[in-house]
Amino acid sequence: MGTTMLDARIPSGPIEQKWDNCRFEMKLVNPANRRKFSIIIVGSGLAGAAAAASLGQQGYQVHCFSYHDSPRRAHSIAAQGGINAAKNYRNDGDSIYRLFYDTVKGGDFRAREANVYRLAQLSVNIIDQCVAQGVPFAREYGGLLDTRSFGGVQVSRTFYARGQTGQQLLLGAYQALEEQIAAGTVKMHSRCEMLDLVVVDGRARGIVTRNLVTGAIECHAADVVVLATGGYSNVFNLSTNAKASNCTAIWRAHRRGAFFANPCFTQIHPTCIPLTSEHQSKLTLMSESLRNDGRVWVPKKKGDQRSPNEIPEEDRDYYLERRYPSFGNLVPRDIASRAAKEICDEGRGVGSSGQGVYLDFRDAIQRMGLEVVREKYGNLFEIYEKITGEDAYKVPMRIYPAPHYTMGGLWVDYHLMSNVPGLFVGGEANFSDHGANRLGASALMQGLADGYFIIPATVPNYIAANPLAKVDTSHPAFQAVKADVEKRISTMLSINGKRSAESFLRELGKLVWDDCGMARSEQSLQHALAEIPKLRDEFWHNLRVIGTGEELNQSLEKAGRVADFFELAELLCIDALHRKESCGGHFRVEYQTPDGEARRDDENFSYCAAWEWKGEGVAPELHKEPLTFEYVHLTQRSYK
Amino acid sequence: MNLFLKIWRQSRKDAPGEFKEYQVRDITPDMSFLEMLDALNEDLNARGEPPVAFEHDCREGICGSCGFLINGVAHGGQRGTTVCQLSMRFFKDGDRLTLEPWRASAFPIIRDLVVDRSAFDRILQAGGFISAPTGSAPDANAILVPKEAADTAFDAAACIGCGACVAACPNAAAMLFTSAKLTHLNKLPQGQPQRDQRTLNMAAAMSREGFGSCTNHGECEAVCPKEIPIEFIGNMNRDLIRAAWKRRREPLTLSESPKDER
Amino acid sequence: MEASSAATSSVQRTAQAAERHVIPVTNPLAVFWATAIGKKVVMAITGVIMIGFVILHMLGNLKIFAGPDQINAYSRFLRTVGEPELGYGDALWIVRIVLLTAVTLHIIAAVQLSRMSWAARPTQYYDHRNVETTFAARTMRWGGLLLAIFIVFHILHFTLGAVGFAPGQYEDLHVYQNVVAGFSVWPVAVFYIIAMAALCLHLDHGIWSFIQTLGWSTARNEAKLKVISRIIAIVIFAGFISVPLAVMTGLVH
Repeated sequence: MGTTMLDARIPSGPIEQKWDNCRFEMKLVNPANRRKFSIIIVGSGLAGAAAAASLGQQGYQVHCFSYHDSPRRAHSIAAQGGINAAKNYRNDGDSIYRLFYDTVKGGDFRAREANVYRLAQLSVNIIDQCVAQGVPFAREYGGLLDTRSFGGVQVSRTFYARGQTGQQLLLGAYQALEEQIAAGTVKMHSRCEMLDLVVVDGRARGIVTRNLVTGAIECHAADVVVLATGGYSNVFNLSTNAKASNCTAIWRAHRRGAFFANPCFTQIHPTCIPLTSEHQSKLTLMSESLRNDGRVWVPKKKGDQRSPNEIPEEDRDYYLERRYPSFGNLVPRDIASRAAKEICDEGRGVGSSGQGVYLDFRDAIQRMGLEVVREKYGNLFEIYEKITGEDAYKVPMRIYPAPHYTMGGLWVDYHLMSNVPGLFVGGEANFSDHGANRLGASALMQGLADGYFIIPATVPNYIAANPLAKVDTSHPAFQAVKADVEKRISTMLSINGKRSAESFLRELGKLVWDDCGMARSEQSLQHALAEIPKLRDEFWHNLRVIGTGEELNQSLEKAGRVADFFELAELLCIDALHRKESCGGHFRVEYQTPDGEARRDDENFSYCAAWEWKGEGVAPELHKEPLTFEYVHLTQRSYK
Repeated sequence: MNLFLKIWRQSRKDAPGEFKEYQVRDITPDMSFLEMLDALNEDLNARGEPPVAFEHDCREGICGSCGFLINGVAHGGQRGTTVCQLSMRFFKDGDRLTLEPWRASAFPIIRDLVVDRSAFDRILQAGGFISAPTGSAPDANAILVPKEAADTAFDAAACIGCGACVAACPNAAAMLFTSAKLTHLNKLPQGQPQRDQRTLNMAAAMSREGFGSCTNHGECEAVCPKEIPIEFIGNMNRDLIRAAWKRRREPLTLSESPKDER
Repeated sequence: MEASSAATSSVQRTAQAAERHVIPVTNPLAVFWATAIGKKVVMAITGVIMIGFVILHMLGNLKIFAGPDQINAYSRFLRTVGEPELGYGDALWIVRIVLLTAVTLHIIAAVQLSRMSWAARPTQYYDHRNVETTFAARTMRWGGLLLAIFIVFHILHFTLGAVGFAPGQYEDLHVYQNVVAGFSVWPVAVFYIIAMAALCLHLDHGIWSFIQTLGWSTARNEAKLKVISRIIAIVIFAGFISVPLAVMTGLVH
């Protein structure tokens, strides 16, 4: 494997000044000239909508694409818990530096320090921005913003809007976007799915899309392409992601030359509603904020069949509080998830499947009163009751980990530009700020930092600093990519086999979850790498897509996304196999401490692994971006 | 359990549609309604028939993608629940269920149970925002928001834009949707400068998009998965009276947002 | 979007940062009237005026139980009130003009809004079940039409004496005798009672509806207001039908 070193273009100077220096060094575009430049933004979630609105406000011609009927449907809407900001409104010792420190440490030292510091700096501006837009954050009686604490930290820095923070933040960005659409600076292309990236003379210059209503394959040219298309947790099929969430945009960009970084860093969220039936189509998250007041436990005895309320205190094992006395129930997600898995593997899991642990609010209700608990978590309890038919005010919730977020994504430099010039990547779609594990309430923060502040600063710099020849869709490169896209669609429609795309994804997802889920081993990964190509081969010979390409065809949409998941799944396992250490969400059973904690190998793996596509059936090439830690010293993460 | 389904099938926008009958077997009570449809579609795919198109995404009741009428009631009749959250526990073995798309001239049918709700986006474009260009915001705690205002704004902002209110309204009015956004923004101190302008423009957009007029039936509130109260429609009406009546030196402006070309 | 043949649109060509079309609103009231909400508010306000009239009218009618002198004197009072500043019958004309304007606006708005609503759902549901609405709410339009017909008849009948009386039977200002003669024709009395039932339904929904439209109904007081609205509607109904019933039963003769 190659070892080309990647240049992340990290600005000079002390960490507190890097972003300021960077901004000062950036080239600017004269306001009168901005109209002449066009920017394609794919995705309309937090990062996409915020970037589209902000660049539209600056005066660029923005084209925003979404496969949804409206930007408001983007999956950012489902984020529940909250958004971090180093405001220190609580006077509890928070600071930008502490948020930075917590995030680097929480990410198990696999994130880029400069990016994380900038994220912590911008967190403060994000809250200001969102409040000004009218996001109805929770308030105290005095009218000031309320905060709460979240997993992995010891300060109260999480701002929230009941259990629907993502929804409210997305609506804020969506409203700003709609304002720009009305103003004519942004053109929204809804129900329009990006199927490929067009690179002209080494620069990203456009995309090829499918109009999901008419089926028309269309080319769109621009000066810059920004991808903000979210993560790829659906490679596990059952995840907390929305059904349509997929990797196609980033995977197609990867195939056109963009490096894919740290695909094996996937996050398994500890508090989801356990799987109950084989027909289940997705998993539902219960916000991590529940761990603030809920206590996690299992019976001490294996196979204790008593109902939870009959199990006396002395027969309960509050295993997180026992194992991690200082953080208790608030340990980071990767640790909480793995602990739950271990307990269930021991045979102490609860519920009919044995795949679950209790999250108990009995003590919280006694301490704060039912009304306060209802005020804080009411909607989550309702969701739980709808799905399980149980009243969590009376019986403890049952929870189990589920795939939730992917820290990996397209490799980007400090400017959030991929190695393909002109291709920027924001939000969950990039790999940047969370390292090997993301802390709670940080995804919203990162999506908005990228969308409101970073991309709107770095994209103009790219435009100003590079001579961009006029390219339109008549260029042969567009026609070639369009032909590729059309061929792929006609292939899928003509296989006429026996199985639906959905059934392939179910099988692939189970394989990836079993072999490359919460615990990974050389053997399981080798197994997956042997099985995935077989299944993929079957896909391309036994797929059945009913209907044509010239109509709304949801089966066809799904098939294209599943096809890309197959290729991504393979890279995910290759990356997991190559990373011979355990860190954050990546847990290799061969590399653990005697008491079962993740054992990092900083000597050999303190780098970001960026993979280059080399063609179908060809091993990808590894490029490394070494990670240096000048401010947060590499230590064994301990939450004990 | 086994169920008999009668589903509206329409191949494209201007094609004639019809109801077709299907039977689904071996449905378990812990499946969601959409998982039941997944099973039907898997079946149709195996038989070589086009699967039923229906919109869905998050499947946890927050994205607002899903929605159709089940036996004449938007989202199926369980209070405060979208169809994706509706559990099959809610039905009995042998039930006959009619599935019909939202019907309104502002929501043309695209295919089967999928309708075009972009009219909602255009109502928002008319004024459903607070102008706060990125970078211009003061410190978050510089704006004090009374808890009551924040809570009311939140209750209104909980709208997921699914369109059930329009679908259930005997007049196909979009009053609940529009009033929810207006209540959200008009209740907050940040929303005051554009309050009258916003109200006037969104009210005009609602009529322009071809929605009907409220006659206070309360059907919208009854099917709203987020249980948004019609009280907010009253708020909107008062805000419109205020916008029309208030004396001002500079006239308000009305934006003519051109309809999406599509 | 163009058809698939012209599918290759260039972002650079299509993106014209179109200036937003903005029209200054020189007459906000015109815009108000142009919106569905504005018309609804007009219906609510004109509705309140008519409810006030209906209550006074009903109270006036009850004077019939005090005997011919009382009610005939009341009829004369309505024409002489405000004298000498106003001439004979002027006050009544002012009220009539206000009422006529209210009823006209109410009907125009209702017709326009109904047409708007019908256009908003050109294709009806195959199967539609109501969850919340009431019979009264669903019959507002047809009940309103019946009431409009009734009002025309009522004016021709008791105000002008043009229909429903034998020639020379109707005498101006002799309210008591006119009422007794009018309601002695049983189909007329029955029609009155039916119309009052329609009025009762119209008001059952209409009274709460104006409260709701004008924004005074909240989630908390809604149920109470609906009960009050129903009580008022029933009292008005009882008050009105007591007269034809009394005539038909011979209580008033």
